[in-house]
Amino acid sequence: MPSKNHGAQPHFVAAFEDTPLVAIDRLDETEKARSTWADAWDAMRRRPTFWISSGLIVLILAVALFPALFSSVSPTQCQLSNSNGLPQSGHPLGFTFQGCDVYSRIIFGTGASVTVGLLAAVIVTLFGLIVGALAGYYGKWLDAVVSRVGDIFFAVPTVLGAIVLLSVLPDRTPVVIALVISMFAWPQVARIMRGAVLTARNSDYVVASVALGVSKFKILLRHVVPNAIAPVIVIATVSLGTFIVAEATLSFLGIGLGPGTMSWGRDIGEAQTSIRTSPQVLLYPSIALSLTVLAFLMLGDVLRDALDPQARARR
Amino acid sequence: MLALALASTGALALSGCASGGATSGDGSAIITTNGSEPQMSLIPTNTTEVGGGKIITSIFAGLVSYSASGEIQDEVAQSIESDDATNWTVTLNDGWTFTNDEPVTASSFVDAWNYGALVTNAQGSSGFFDNIVGYTDVANTKDDPTGATDDSGAVLQIPDPLAQTMSGLTVVDDTTFTVELAGSEADWPLRLGYAAYSPLPAVAFEDMDAFGQNPIGNGPYELAGADAWQHDVQIDLVTNPDYAGVRTPANDGLTIIFFASFEAAYAALQGGDLDVLDAIPESALANYESDFPDTFVNEPAAVFQAFNMPYYLEHWSGEEGKLRRAAISMAIDRAEITDVVFQGTRTPATDFASPVIDGYSDSLKGSEVLEFNPEEAQAKWAEADAISPYTGTFDIAYNADGPHQVWVDAVVNSVKNTLGIAAVGKPYPTFAASLDDRKASTLTGATRAGWQADYPSLYNFLAPLYQTGAGSNYEGYSSAEFDTLLKEGAAASSVEDATAKYVEAQEVLLQDLPTIPLWYQNTSGVWSETVSNVEFGWDSVPLYFEITRN
Amino acid sequence: MLWYTGKRLLQMIPVFFGATFLIYFMVFSLPGDPISALYGERPPSPAVIAQIRAEYNLDKPFVVQYLLYIGNFFQGNLGTTYSGRSVSEVMASAFPITARLAMLALAFEAGFGILVGLIAGLRKGKLFDASALVVSLLLISVPTFVVGFVLQFVFGVQLGWARTTVSGAAPWDQLILPALVLASVSFAYIVRLTRASVSDNLNADFVRTATAKGISRPRVVTVHVLRNSLVPVITFLGVDIGSLMVGAIVTEGIFNINGVGGTVFKAIRLGEGPTVVSFIAVMVVIFVLANLLVDLLYAALDPRIRYAK
Repeated sequence: MPSKNHGAQPHFVAAFEDTPLVAIDRLDETEKARSTWADAWDAMRRRPTFWISSGLIVLILAVALFPALFSSVSPTQCQLSNSNGLPQSGHPLGFTFQGCDVYSRIIFGTGASVTVGLLAAVIVTLFGLIVGALAGYYGKWLDAVVSRVGDIFFAVPTVLGAIVLLSVLPDRTPVVIALVISMFAWPQVARIMRGAVLTARNSDYVVASVALGVSKFKILLRHVVPNAIAPVIVIATVSLGTFIVAEATLSFLGIGLGPGTMSWGRDIGEAQTSIRTSPQVLLYPSIALSLTVLAFLMLGDVLRDALDPQARARR
Repeated sequence: MLALALASTGALALSGCASGGATSGDGSAIITTNGSEPQMSLIPTNTTEVGGGKIITSIFAGLVSYSASGEIQDEVAQSIESDDATNWTVTLNDGWTFTNDEPVTASSFVDAWNYGALVTNAQGSSGFFDNIVGYTDVANTKDDPTGATDDSGAVLQIPDPLAQTMSGLTVVDDTTFTVELAGSEADWPLRLGYAAYSPLPAVAFEDMDAFGQNPIGNGPYELAGADAWQHDVQIDLVTNPDYAGVRTPANDGLTIIFFASFEAAYAALQGGDLDVLDAIPESALANYESDFPDTFVNEPAAVFQAFNMPYYLEHWSGEEGKLRRAAISMAIDRAEITDVVFQGTRTPATDFASPVIDGYSDSLKGSEVLEFNPEEAQAKWAEADAISPYTGTFDIAYNADGPHQVWVDAVVNSVKNTLGIAAVGKPYPTFAASLDDRKASTLTGATRAGWQADYPSLYNFLAPLYQTGAGSNYEGYSSAEFDTLLKEGAAASSVEDATAKYVEAQEVLLQDLPTIPLWYQNTSGVWSETVSNVEFGWDSVPLYFEITRN
Repeated sequence: MLWYTGKRLLQMIPVFFGATFLIYFMVFSLPGDPISALYGERPPSPAVIAQIRAEYNLDKPFVVQYLLYIGNFFQGNLGTTYSGRSVSEVMASAFPITARLAMLALAFEAGFGILVGLIAGLRKGKLFDASALVVSLLLISVPTFVVGFVLQFVFGVQLGWARTTVSGAAPWDQLILPALVLASVSFAYIVRLTRASVSDNLNADFVRTATAKGISRPRVVTVHVLRNSLVPVITFLGVDIGSLMVGAIVTEGIFNINGVGGTVFKAIRLGEGPTVVSFIAVMVVIFVLANLLVDLLYAALDPRIRYAK
């Protein structure tokens, strides 16, 4: 039985065949209750993975914001004579098919790619989380409306939605691309969250909290969401990567980032034609993308563990 | 029950084909090649794209057909003659029949052409008959009585034919008909190998929709039964035993498999599931010679690629525009781009047509403007800047549903590097979207353009694209000098005189550069070692009838 | 339960109208005139184009077009493509193929994904977990067209183990390779989801209780840990059916499969409203049914979840 010196309520998830209506033992109501979120932060900062992934993310953000600090070579000076060229002095990763410097294109493409991936992931997660939690928790007509609206949005082929929206919108900035991707991706997170909330809302501790007269919304915020969020964090971190790649597909179809904007996705797409002769050109932006996803996956893992009281107690 | 039984027989027949030996003569020497699902039903006058065109030319035989080099050779025609290049007499060979045993007569042609031209039939190729006397009557339209307008605000035109048939076409007897043209045209017979001029059997006119799904022709091949056209999958053609022309098949049939992309078709060929591929996808350009060392082709063809510069943009009209277009043209290193980007499957352009077209020249007056010359380009650009300094970004619009991004990027990089200006490629998601801006004159820069000839004639590369008011002259180029030369060429009494005028007309284009020629797309294709005698025609399509299975 | 199911099925009606309306409007709003574009660089006369536009009702205002479509829909006429083929015929040929492909892909991603995720979750931090992470990262970072191309080249061209492209009939065995490609991205999601849930549930009290009661480890893992971990995975699979069917554009293109994704994509590019809407209408029904099935599975997996009324 996990016991803690502060007054957090231990969370029980009971197996179905031996579900006892467990009362909560030792609830010291005089002690100031600490939120699950504060506990999570305490647990998180003690783990090295947290600092490694955060460091990597800070570095990626720094590259995204100040690319010129990391590369002095122009990413737009391209000589076809260098097409798919191997590394040489001043060009550590060689050249793209169009003869541009691979390294500097990765550096200068970071901004757009990270903006698209991160922003879309944040929007999708927040929006999906909120509507999914409300739908799963309150159920009834709210669930019906949210779920069915989600079905409609999910039914729209992203390509169709993107062509229509992006041909109406004047500037295809990374922010606009992120918004368009989010628009058709949120139902996925919403459904995952709803499912997790359905499980969590019937847990013993929620039943107990209700019995204790805690307000419904407070329970949702304090107990249900932290206990249901794990799969959403996973989806969010993986999606971050797939959204960056989705931008590549949109660009490939002529509905991605505006002309002249650099991104990893676009470079990966362009390197596709020479995959048999010069696979390295495709490899480098993919590595940059992998590292970014890895950083967020690790951070997500730490966050998830931190939000899970049992896992936290184990450490 | 019956349908079920039929379906299973079909499946058996198919698997029998696949497992049968590859010897000729027993019906198993079927050649497979790549194609795409026809956009329209298979009616010759309504087939305007490659996917359907390949099938139409295989199952129909017109008055003439084209040899590999683009020379016309008689098929149903015995002779096509004229004294004045205006009034033509066409005499047919005896003994031709459609595959339903109906004889091919003069009416088969005249009725088909009249059908194609009549505006109410809404045929995509109706314009091919526009030089025949009486076309204006059958194609007549009037303003929509409700005053409805199209997107650009022009009043909608509704069909109002003044006649059902063209008065210039007269059937003399079963094997003779005459054609009166609206103006003289010395190389008119050159057109007649095009699919739109195919004959139709009487049964077609009873129900054209049904006919289009299961066409009956007189060509070297015919459809292999009622279910031959498996939509979106393939079409099975077998040899037509009654075919009496010059394209007698050396194989037992042709199966055209529809592919969504050349990449997939290339993979199918590599995997042994396809015999002949008439294109090479971008991703295989660097490898095709090593993948298929002895079975590939790469030679210039009748496909011209360029980008157009609209005159309505600031900085691009008058003397300034002329200087800038020349500067842009000389800033493009065509040799390097065709070499690196296309791996030699394009040939740098030296005129506005193609090396396989009569009248081709690599030394037109003023053609030095098509050579890479950075110093001269910079000088001309500076000269234009002296008139009015250039600001902004030079862009080339292209449709992203075609394979254009790579070369557009290479061209804009070349321009950027030479002239030191900002230049980008501007993708449109679909061809329809790009066409919209071209028609509405709302482009922000250049637009990619390409032209594949319908028939092997210099005229076909010039008139539809640059003549004042011509159908495909979207960017609105207009030159009195050019128009006059074209008209003189068309009216010339001999093909040689006509060609000389067209060459002169091209020299006007080189002065004005309404379009900046880039390169000719080569005929490039690969085939498997299980087939031989693969020869490609002037139109980049293999001469399927010659192919044999080893 | 029956009541709940019935209610959910009724909800299909507003979803059907909502989705068809939205999608018809989107196709209507596509830039460019689809008919002019059919003829490429060689436009026929405006009167020819006007007639064809009228034939496909493209000359009418949006609401009229939509109502005409819906009216015909309920008479069983889904319209025709520009090539003169009836849309219902196109659907009849595309849906079975796509259904086979999607089912295979779903089986692959669920089978391999849950297995790998389970082992990774049980051995968190160990070599297997790290390898699963690397493979997942690879599949996330490398776009489908690259994965597809590489698998096609290696297994189809070099090893000759599979057909490089799928034949028209698209039998099950030819769809294995494409299904693997199609499953690749979702595989990463499922591995990560399963791993997260499993590692969470391993720490749950009921697992420790079960272990303390002397239940064998395999039984604890399969019955207690896995079963309780499946809710998010099942949800994901339910949502993924849609992407597997309509979103298989790239995979279908690489292997030349004549399925729903490619057909819808082509119809979008051509601006064929009736084709796009009819396909999506069927997809909406599939979504709603899949989600209903998922919700019913919740109750089976987790007895605490009950549907009121």
